[in-house]
Amino acid sequence: MRQVTERATFRVKTGLAEMLKGGVIMDVVTPEQARIAEDAGACAVMALERVPSDIRRDGGVARMSDPAMIKGIQEAVSIPVMAKARIGHFAEAQVLQALEVDYIDESEVLTPADERHHIDKLAFEVPFVCGATNLGEALRRIGEGAAMIRSKGEAGTGNVVEAVRHMREIIAGIKRLSQLGPEELSAAAKEHQAPLEVVHEVADKGRLPVPLFCAGGIATPADAALMMQLGAEGNFVGSGIFKSADPERRARAIVEATTHFSDPERVAAASIGLGEAMPGLEISELAAADALLQDRGA
Amino acid sequence: MPELLLGVLAIQGGFEAHLRMLRSLGAEVREVRSPGDLEGLDGLVIPGGESTTISMGIESGGLAEPIRALRRSGGTIFGTCAGMIVCDDAHLGLIDATAARNAFGRQLQSFEADLAVEGLGDEALRGVFIRAPWIERHGPGVEVLASHEGRPVAVREGGVLACAFHPELTDDPRLHALFMAMTTSARERVVSEGDFR
Repeated sequence: MRQVTERATFRVKTGLAEMLKGGVIMDVVTPEQARIAEDAGACAVMALERVPSDIRRDGGVARMSDPAMIKGIQEAVSIPVMAKARIGHFAEAQVLQALEVDYIDESEVLTPADERHHIDKLAFEVPFVCGATNLGEALRRIGEGAAMIRSKGEAGTGNVVEAVRHMREIIAGIKRLSQLGPEELSAAAKEHQAPLEVVHEVADKGRLPVPLFCAGGIATPADAALMMQLGAEGNFVGSGIFKSADPERRARAIVEATTHFSDPERVAAASIGLGEAMPGLEISELAAADALLQDRGA
Repeated sequence: MPELLLGVLAIQGGFEAHLRMLRSLGAEVREVRSPGDLEGLDGLVIPGGESTTISMGIESGGLAEPIRALRRSGGTIFGTCAGMIVCDDAHLGLIDATAARNAFGRQLQSFEADLAVEGLGDEALRGVFIRAPWIERHGPGVEVLASHEGRPVAVREGGVLACAFHPELTDDPRLHALFMAMTTSARERVVSEGDFR
């Protein structure tokens, strides 16, 4: 029998994201943190040099992480390792592919390298996840080859309000699309500034062709349960774990709440005795200071 | 007899695609997160995902013994990818085999390939392998249904079916249909032996 083997097909790229569903992907900055995340039940880790709240505090240019640090984390854990490239910085993405990271996050948390263009993600074998604040953004990223979409939220704030807004925008947009007649889809594609074939697919299936996760501001088990009930298929947690008082317990609790999101008793039990959550930031103050990360790379 | 009632372990991973596939084949399905969800099931699917995450969820949810009890009373099990690992002798011990985790490599080495599967006819089954394991060792009672590059990737022992790839991510329902046929005959056997679960 023929055994035609193909790598990096759309099914293989989205396939890993399918397997991350119902799970928590945690930001880690050291191999030690990666092990804590794995032991707490994380389904993947995001290797980066500084968590978003520190990037926000330090200012300056935030870039792809040191390859030595990424390798150290790959050696420390057996779960998938993701890493971030700057928006439009395809050479950083090439480096991450050479390092064999399992997923590349083309992320607004890092300083954008290109103000007009995102990375041509179809040119890569490693799959990409991209952030979105609304359906149009999500569809444009999928058109560019993203195999997974996450809400942008407002990273590093410990404030879930923006993630809620983005997730509601995306889900409501999908619902609206699926109610349109075929003659209305062309105008909808124009409105969303998105490729017509992706618009057709979403209208037809009533869901995105790739998994949809939440990111940006999750700090508590209840935040995680909220996002899952709003339609997220899994959660990214950045600063929320390792900027809290007791990262081990909080990490476990957020994993538990993501699995049992529809069981308030389990979420309540998981939420007891976690100590202080990360300190939160008010979005309106950031907006006034023109410091919102979500506006990068629409 | 009524329709089969099949559970899909929904702690983490690709459980939704399994639910869709089983429903399309006419089974009644239920998401399983707690021991109570296992009651009355004819069979259980353990999906792909991260085996460490799923194993921890099984432990913390007190599901290990109830799943073994389901198997002992004649219920069937179908493990895919991480689910195959969870079934092996280093985890739930539902099958006399040991899986090697991420044996085919990282995501960059993930692939799809045509497989000849015992009992599914001449037409190849498209296997989608994601950071996939293979069967490193198996006992004499384990039947190898398919191999890739000389490594066993689909195996069966009694009422336990396990594969390293993801049939739920394709439109080909034959492996799920095989699992349902195994479940139907297991249920008939249980009924004829008078052991009403």
